[in-house]
Amino acid sequence: MFLDPTALSPFPDLIVLSLFETLFPEGITRYAVGGLFVGLGTAVIYAATAIAPGASSFLESTLTYVSDRSRFQQYRASRDWRLVFTVGIVLGAAVYAVIWQGEVWTTDVQWWRLLAGGVLVGVGTRIGKGCTSGHGVCGIGSRSKTSLVGVITFLAVAIATAQVVMALGVRP
Amino acid sequence: MSDETPRQDPQQSGRHPLFMPVILLGGLLFGFGLAASHMARPEVVLDFLQLVDLGLLFVMFGAAIVSGLAFALVPQLRERAPLTGDIYGRRLKSFDRNVLVGGVIFGLGWGISGVCPGSGYASLGIGNWPILIAIGGMFVGAYLQGVWRSRTN
Repeated sequence: MFLDPTALSPFPDLIVLSLFETLFPEGITRYAVGGLFVGLGTAVIYAATAIAPGASSFLESTLTYVSDRSRFQQYRASRDWRLVFTVGIVLGAAVYAVIWQGEVWTTDVQWWRLLAGGVLVGVGTRIGKGCTSGHGVCGIGSRSKTSLVGVITFLAVAIATAQVVMALGVRP
Repeated sequence: MSDETPRQDPQQSGRHPLFMPVILLGGLLFGFGLAASHMARPEVVLDFLQLVDLGLLFVMFGAAIVSGLAFALVPQLRERAPLTGDIYGRRLKSFDRNVLVGGVIFGLGWGISGVCPGSGYASLGIGNWPILIAIGGMFVGAYLQGVWRSRTN
């Protein structure tokens, strides 16, 4: 079991260092299987309801429970199922954790990074009309040019930002 | 702008009894996948963004391929969704400057924290309680842009 995600697999100083091992030090099985399930969840909902669900609209739809602000009201009609969808995400992850993780896993990423990052994610996904699931999974899946531009934008900025944060010596 | 008159939401009246169970099932699969891929761990996402381990590409694009198959094939089998009666269609978002502005802000946040909305919710499910700081931050951010945009519109 993979317990310490920060510990990289020992960098093989073999001469035959395959590109694959450099790019994917943990292999690709867990990632491909995970992606399959994420796509399956989206597909099940779409097939049954014609809805392509994204994760970030939940933020605004849930705010309608406590705020009458006009901007959020377009999400009022979907707020109950978006809440159920999110509860499903939490429980689905919990099923994995109970069966294969066996114990509680907590991050070592510093609190200010979680807070600052969270606020920017909240602002950015809502202004940008989608997040990793709305633009990334549903948008790319439906060959939307808008979503492709969105994904390229946030992916490029996120990679650059993470590089800068790392270069500044912030760990973890 | 705030009125207290109860709205009649067509989506909420007369829903199919299986609507919510299917949404829950979809969420369960979705969250299971995020946990199984370890994308629910910010450290793993940061490893990806720092180009140490590119495996996360398989999560997003793998999921996009599977959902893309559904988006392409299901409409050829049926015209309307069984649980909502809605016509299958591509719900395309319009492109404007906001997609770029929002993408840059989201990218900054994702790069700083390693957390995006879906992986944040899933992270709670694997017991990562400090992620509540990030989720709380997301609500604050979503609220702030709502305040700003209610004002400017």
